[in-house]
Amino acid sequence: MARLLIKNGRVIDPASGHDGIADVAIEDGRILSFGPSLSLPGADVFDAGGMIVAPGFIDMHVHLREPGIEYAETIETGARAAAAGGFTSICCMPNTLPVNDNATVTSYIVERARKSAVVNVYPIGAITKGSAGEELASIGSMKAAGIVGISDDGRPVMNARVMRRAMEFAESFGLPVIDHCEDLNLSAGGDMHEGVPSTRFGLRGIPSSSEDVMVARDIILAEQTGARFHVAHLSARHSVRMVAYAKSKGLPVTCEVTPHHFALTDEDIKAYDSNYKMKPPLRAHLDVDAVIEGIVSGSVDAIATDHAPHAGSEKMQEFEKCPFGITGLETAIGLSLEKLVHPGLITLAKMVALFTTGPARVLHLDKGTLAPGASADVTIFDTSTEWTYDVNKSQSKSKNSPFHNRKFRGGPIAAVAGGTVVWRRG
Amino acid sequence: MPSLLGIEELPRPEIEAILARAKDFQPLQNQPHKKLDTLRGKMIVNLFFEPSTRTRTSFEIAAKRLGADAVSITASGSSVSKGESLVDTLNTLAAMRPNAIVMRHAASGAPHFLSRYLETPIINAGDGTHEHPTQALLDARTILDRTEALEGLRVAIIGDIAHSRVARSNVHLLSKFGVDIVLCGPASLLPPELAHIAPGVTLTHDIREAIREADVIMMLRVQLERQHESPFPAGEYFRFYGLTLEHLALAKPEAIVMHPGPINRGRELSSEVADFQRSVILNQVENGIAVRMAVLERIIG
Repeated sequence: MARLLIKNGRVIDPASGHDGIADVAIEDGRILSFGPSLSLPGADVFDAGGMIVAPGFIDMHVHLREPGIEYAETIETGARAAAAGGFTSICCMPNTLPVNDNATVTSYIVERARKSAVVNVYPIGAITKGSAGEELASIGSMKAAGIVGISDDGRPVMNARVMRRAMEFAESFGLPVIDHCEDLNLSAGGDMHEGVPSTRFGLRGIPSSSEDVMVARDIILAEQTGARFHVAHLSARHSVRMVAYAKSKGLPVTCEVTPHHFALTDEDIKAYDSNYKMKPPLRAHLDVDAVIEGIVSGSVDAIATDHAPHAGSEKMQEFEKCPFGITGLETAIGLSLEKLVHPGLITLAKMVALFTTGPARVLHLDKGTLAPGASADVTIFDTSTEWTYDVNKSQSKSKNSPFHNRKFRGGPIAAVAGGTVVWRRG
Repeated sequence: MPSLLGIEELPRPEIEAILARAKDFQPLQNQPHKKLDTLRGKMIVNLFFEPSTRTRTSFEIAAKRLGADAVSITASGSSVSKGESLVDTLNTLAAMRPNAIVMRHAASGAPHFLSRYLETPIINAGDGTHEHPTQALLDARTILDRTEALEGLRVAIIGDIAHSRVARSNVHLLSKFGVDIVLCGPASLLPPELAHIAPGVTLTHDIREAIREADVIMMLRVQLERQHESPFPAGEYFRFYGLTLEHLALAKPEAIVMHPGPINRGRELSSEVADFQRSVILNQVENGIAVRMAVLERIIG
């Protein structure tokens, strides 16, 4: 019987409210218990003295590029990058080739993950066939094959009537609808946030209103249909307020924010460096402040990375030709500590919740807890070790990160998935 | 000066040096023998990914008047149409060891992006809707030919500001010299953020307000090729933003009218204004050569 004993760490388990020094005993891929001075005969011992021991972190928004775009990432490499970022569960968006819009593709992803991924992989299915925004995808069959939500991430459903039907259908299958909220008419042709920097650079803007109007539309439809509506990568200040309003009315509305949207503004963009190009774009100071305020006040349910690997050749082009998206799995904990915990805006327990119980609740996953019997997914990190992110040593196949060479204080130390240490800082 | 990518990052003394040197080159343009040998043995490549007559010709003549060899390439028929990436195209040209590459491209920031990968100096001859630095330099030279200093002038820039690299470069240059800059155009072509890209900029949608007491009136072409939608109701542009002789009465008595060309008579200015005695459009063209000589000499001399 495989046994692991994680000793002397500060165990933070938001699900039970525990925060204190304890040992965590693991046997055969399950949590046995956690408590002071445990002993477990024959166990491998991980000394977590001075470290935080938490339930395995969940990133509910990544792109793994498999099937079809394996030159940029595979399920295997994306999962390794996840582990190196301290994540033990990831949810992959359906914009692969082909799109994950039917049970065959879902099953393929589940099978590939079972064979090659060191962390848990949960597929998210498309809302519409080919994410073309017209005809509903095989939502029920995909659910049976293992999807945990539906989204046409990156190609948002523009037709409100289609979105209404999708919400009705998703609700009947108990799935959340995750929307990348962007009015494609308002954002058409835009390369970065519409503001002073875009005007200076002579780049076309993506106005905040393109996000706001879709958040508003979807909240209205969520109320009408009763569906669970989750806003992906929330970035605009009015959107933050609308989500807070919807929550105050008791609507089943949730949201996630990415580390880059609370760590950077459009003024941080290095001129024409496509590693700063993503959707939604890096917004203005007021938006970033509102996003952080949303985290502090509890309007934000989860931190998710929107890890979006792109091959170097795709990003080494004229800014307007480069695809949107940056990698993010390996820098998420470092940025969250730097921008949220170290300045004293939120507690460590709150940060852990945003990576564990938060996303687990949104997606109804039986993860994010150290309760006895739970699968033994554990994230071990610290808050003091100084380290520098070197994108060239990334576990991801792609290197498109704006955080190359950034110095961090604290970060992931090890990831335990299903009772096995799948990554440990070298 | 390793490259000339834009005016925004160019220090004022550098601008002054180029403008002073351009003045030295002005008399040469009227000599029967116009050729110097300052850059003999040097070679520049003019790489134009967008159609251009005046800028490309002007750079070519400037290079030749300094004794350099100049090769001009236009995008059609080049390897770009065969699917080669921009970086690969530039690396190929750089391997032929030119002393500088003069480049125009439809993508904002294309030369900035390339300069990170290339050692060959790049001279930006217009990048998308971002900057057109030599145009601003020749505009400043043209204004200075008629007045002592730029400080304290009131300059109105009128037209399609949103899509204009000429406007951005001029705003940055004039702002560095304490000019009072008024930008004017229809709301859809005049984003409010423009007021914050440099000190001394104000905005108005009223052409009369823009022209009142102006020393210099710069008219811009409506860049139909850069518009992805109809930015104003059809047929209303000239009525509200076209420059006519009667507008000029509102400006200072000695005010000059400028235009980067090519002009569209009857669209952004009336035919009478184009031929107006204080229209300096052709002086701008002439100064283009002197200014580009100064830039080339500074970068590869």
